[in-house]
Amino acid sequence: MTGDAAPGRYLLRLFVAGTAPRSLRTVESLRRICEAHLAGRYELEVIDIYQQPELAERDGVVAAPTLVRAAPAPVRRITGDLSDPGRILRGLDPSLAEARL
Amino acid sequence: MPEPQAVPKLPKAPTGIAGFDEITFGGLPAGRPALICGAAGCGKTLFATTFLVNGATLYGEPGVFMSFEERAEDLAANVASLGYDLDGLIAAGKLAIDHVRVERSEIEETGEYDLEGLFIRLGFAVDSVGAKRVVLDTIETLFSGFTDPSLLRAELRRLFGWIKDRGLTAVITGERGDGQLTRQGLEEYVSDCVVLLDNRVADQITTRRLRVVKYRGSAHGTNEYPFLIDEGGISVLPVTSADLNYGVAEGVISSGVAGLDAMLGPGGFYRGTSVLISGEAGTGKTMLSSSLIDAACARGERCLSFVFEESGAQICRNARSIGLDLARHEASGLLRFEAARPTLFGLEMHLARMHRDIDRFRPDVVVIDPLSALRGPTSELQATLLRMIDLLKGRGITAVFTSLRQEGVVEAADDLGVSSLMDTWIKLLNVEANGERTRTLYVIKARGMSHSHQVREFLMSGDGIRLVDAYMGPAGVLTGTARLVQEAHERAESLRRRQETERRVRDAARRRAAIERQIAELHAGLDAVADEERLLRDEDALRETALADERDELRARRSRAE
Repeated sequence: MTGDAAPGRYLLRLFVAGTAPRSLRTVESLRRICEAHLAGRYELEVIDIYQQPELAERDGVVAAPTLVRAAPAPVRRITGDLSDPGRILRGLDPSLAEARL
Repeated sequence: MPEPQAVPKLPKAPTGIAGFDEITFGGLPAGRPALICGAAGCGKTLFATTFLVNGATLYGEPGVFMSFEERAEDLAANVASLGYDLDGLIAAGKLAIDHVRVERSEIEETGEYDLEGLFIRLGFAVDSVGAKRVVLDTIETLFSGFTDPSLLRAELRRLFGWIKDRGLTAVITGERGDGQLTRQGLEEYVSDCVVLLDNRVADQITTRRLRVVKYRGSAHGTNEYPFLIDEGGISVLPVTSADLNYGVAEGVISSGVAGLDAMLGPGGFYRGTSVLISGEAGTGKTMLSSSLIDAACARGERCLSFVFEESGAQICRNARSIGLDLARHEASGLLRFEAARPTLFGLEMHLARMHRDIDRFRPDVVVIDPLSALRGPTSELQATLLRMIDLLKGRGITAVFTSLRQEGVVEAADDLGVSSLMDTWIKLLNVEANGERTRTLYVIKARGMSHSHQVREFLMSGDGIRLVDAYMGPAGVLTGTARLVQEAHERAESLRRRQETERRVRDAARRRAAIERQIAELHAGLDAVADEERLLRDEDALRETALADERDELRARRSRAE
């Protein structure tokens, strides 16, 4: 299943609100998932919306934390603390989720 | 945060919306969120935009528009027709627009989250322009984007608390829901001020209304007020606030018809009163009101004429037939016609429109022609007219209403129940007799002045309107040709009488001449007799003398003979 359409690079942006435990937990959780499934194929940018509110506006972020898959198109948003790896993968790319199962 | 209860008066942020600040005694609660709710298309977004734009332009309070529905460019385009330059305000740093796009299909939820992103974006926008005012339009859209309503509610509560803490005056819009003011029960969170907008259709005519449902800590008008959205923006009309304590304007104004002025004690109508001209079709109501307009404009007064059945140009043309040049006044700006079909708006909207036009034009005389074109439920009609009259009186404007009387309708029903509100009532009546119609005019009532109670015949010609005393005599009141016939008849009669008299005078003169002649003859006879008498006396005397002479001679002879 992995061979089809060679998905190229994933451009991910994670918006978190400050350095609260939940933010840190989310960042850690996301890194783990990406390393496991998208190793070498992704770029992750972690943005603290307190520090860069204008970026939140640009990407239309309302909730925190929010993971934005900027590429490949279409843009997808995953809201929540990313505690469920299965749902994150499904959100990022349904094909990845199926591969894992 | 301590509530500002020590402050005797709740601080308010004026909206700059004409009328709204009056009914809320100053505007929306400053530093608090207010909820504007209503069904789709009733003007929520426009209300909110106006609040922001006026804040930025009139009150020096920059604002943030957080739109959950429309994009910034759509918003700007929508209100550009009202003369609001959102882009200009944004460029000037007085306004920030943030479009929050919430699309259910694009959001995958996994695990815990909060709306910190929204808070931060709002905070960022507020800080970027130093905003004092915020609009959230329509925040309920969030409920369609996120699945956890309890979390959203908690977050909204936090958001409104945050707005209060920041001291922002916020307008939150909400869509009308079933059985409650908004779909998601936002009124539970925004409890300081709730304004309900309504767009009601009755008899296919839409009327926009606004009601302040709740205003914590402040008095407010409780009625439903009609409001208007047009090229001038929103205006709310607190027309029910009118009361009867208006001043009385002094002075008398001419009706433009000399004969009518003569019927009224002071020589015209009192300034600032209401005049009702009622009559059937074709009795000359509009012509009479046109005369009044012409007279007022000729005095240099401003006239505003609301016409519901003709266009202004048509009235001008028709008035030319009686020698009035209204177009001249229109060109000089003293006269303005506002023509609209009565069915274009509901009653309230008509009143609202008039209210606004009157406040803008500031006329001395207002003509409503005809009042009877405004239709609606009787109670509503009467209330509307009452307010209209109050509105005009409160401003010292002389109001002239014409009213079409239906032919054959009972007398009492022809005044729309407003005659008691009118100070002067002139009734035009068609008298039909001998195969012709004649226009007549009565002054039914004229408050505070003596007036003629007699009927006048009403003549229209190229020289204007002329009132003629109707014929009143033993044959009754006659008008028109009948009056002319009767007058001719009377003239013939009097001529005949004069001739008769002359004849008798001549007769008498003749008789007198005859008698005088007789007298002269008798005198002549008398003189003859007197002559004869004198002659006889003379003869007698002569005879006596002769006799005496004879006697003397005889005596002398005898004595000689002795």
